[in-house]
Amino acid sequence: MIISIASGKGGTGKTTVATNLCASLDADFMLLDCDVEEPNAHLFLNPTFTGKERVNAPVPEVDLSLCTYCKKCMEICRYGAIAVAGETVMTFPELCHSCGGCAVVCPEKAITEIDRFIGTVETGTLSLPQNPSFGRGLMDIGQVMAPPVIRQVRQLEKEKDLTIIDAPPGTSCPVIASMKGADFVLLVTEPTPFGLHDLTLAVEAVKLLGIPCGLVINRAGIGNDDVKNYAQDENIPVLLEIPFDKQIASAYSKGELLVQALPAYKEKFKDLYTSIEAIVNRKGEA
Amino acid sequence: MKIAITSTGKDLDAQVDPRFGRAAYIIVVDTDTLDFEVIDNSENKNAFKGAGITAASSVCDKGAQVLITGFCGPNAFKTLDNAGVKVANDASGSIRDTIEDYKAGKFTFADDANAEGHW
Repeated sequence: MIISIASGKGGTGKTTVATNLCASLDADFMLLDCDVEEPNAHLFLNPTFTGKERVNAPVPEVDLSLCTYCKKCMEICRYGAIAVAGETVMTFPELCHSCGGCAVVCPEKAITEIDRFIGTVETGTLSLPQNPSFGRGLMDIGQVMAPPVIRQVRQLEKEKDLTIIDAPPGTSCPVIASMKGADFVLLVTEPTPFGLHDLTLAVEAVKLLGIPCGLVINRAGIGNDDVKNYAQDENIPVLLEIPFDKQIASAYSKGELLVQALPAYKEKFKDLYTSIEAIVNRKGEA
Repeated sequence: MKIAITSTGKDLDAQVDPRFGRAAYIIVVDTDTLDFEVIDNSENKNAFKGAGITAASSVCDKGAQVLITGFCGPNAFKTLDNAGVKVANDASGSIRDTIEDYKAGKFTFADDANAEGHW
């Protein structure tokens, strides 16, 4: 089972939920930090890193001696990553989405794909009793293309029966790359107008992917009831509420887990997992 | 010589469009005869990415040796520069006046982009 923890709005508590869920599980699992622009799950779970591999993305290189400036490469690229201007061809690797289309359509075979280094995937073990596996991606400084790094992190998934994914915020390509193929998306939100606004976008994205989802309301007690009303209208179960509590904020600020500071939460996170399992199993039977 | 000017309309009385990649039109005009050709940039205006790069390629196709616009971003500048097209920025007013200003030597050519790239 793959559980992807996403949010829409940033800073709602995805990593808090992901890391505390991990620290409460009895089963063996793997945690993947797919927030490759700024991974932070390691701050709470102190993994030991043992492996590191490079992530390369193929980008075009043009042999100008073969080019006839026909522009077919430019026409197929919707990102403007390759341009014929006068008697020159320019490539913009940072805009390239590595689809390989330009090389396919070039009638002169003037385009070859070369590897461009965009990030790293690090693997290791979490300092939890069952020694779960950990993987995270890290984009190289100056890079903007997160999905290839996320996809390479997610290749680790097949190693374990249960994978928890800490997704990036938002609803754009990196988030889709972190949710696609998951069995369940756990959406973390806060009960504020901003939280609701971005939650609505995230729910739309999850619906498009056809994945069952549930809600964690973090900082419960602030804002208003609009998130709960929305969840009810949309038939999205609220699986856990974490109150706006100084003790929780204090533990977080020291890089401590909520379940360490307030051990009673361990049961709540276990229940959260049981609820998710039940929803996924029910869908499997249907 | 031919110069390209970004424009909000399709004739010489239109105003300069300060944007390059997402300008409404690009007018390519012969500075001696004032004969001109209009590039409809509307498709490019709503481009997902790389609008400046594509517009730069169109300008090169039309044989313009100079581009006059308001702001030119890094990728567009790089493309034009590579193709040998000179860029003059900070233009405003009508296309007709801009042509006269150019002929009177009132523009200086940029040696770099004068707008930030964006994602």
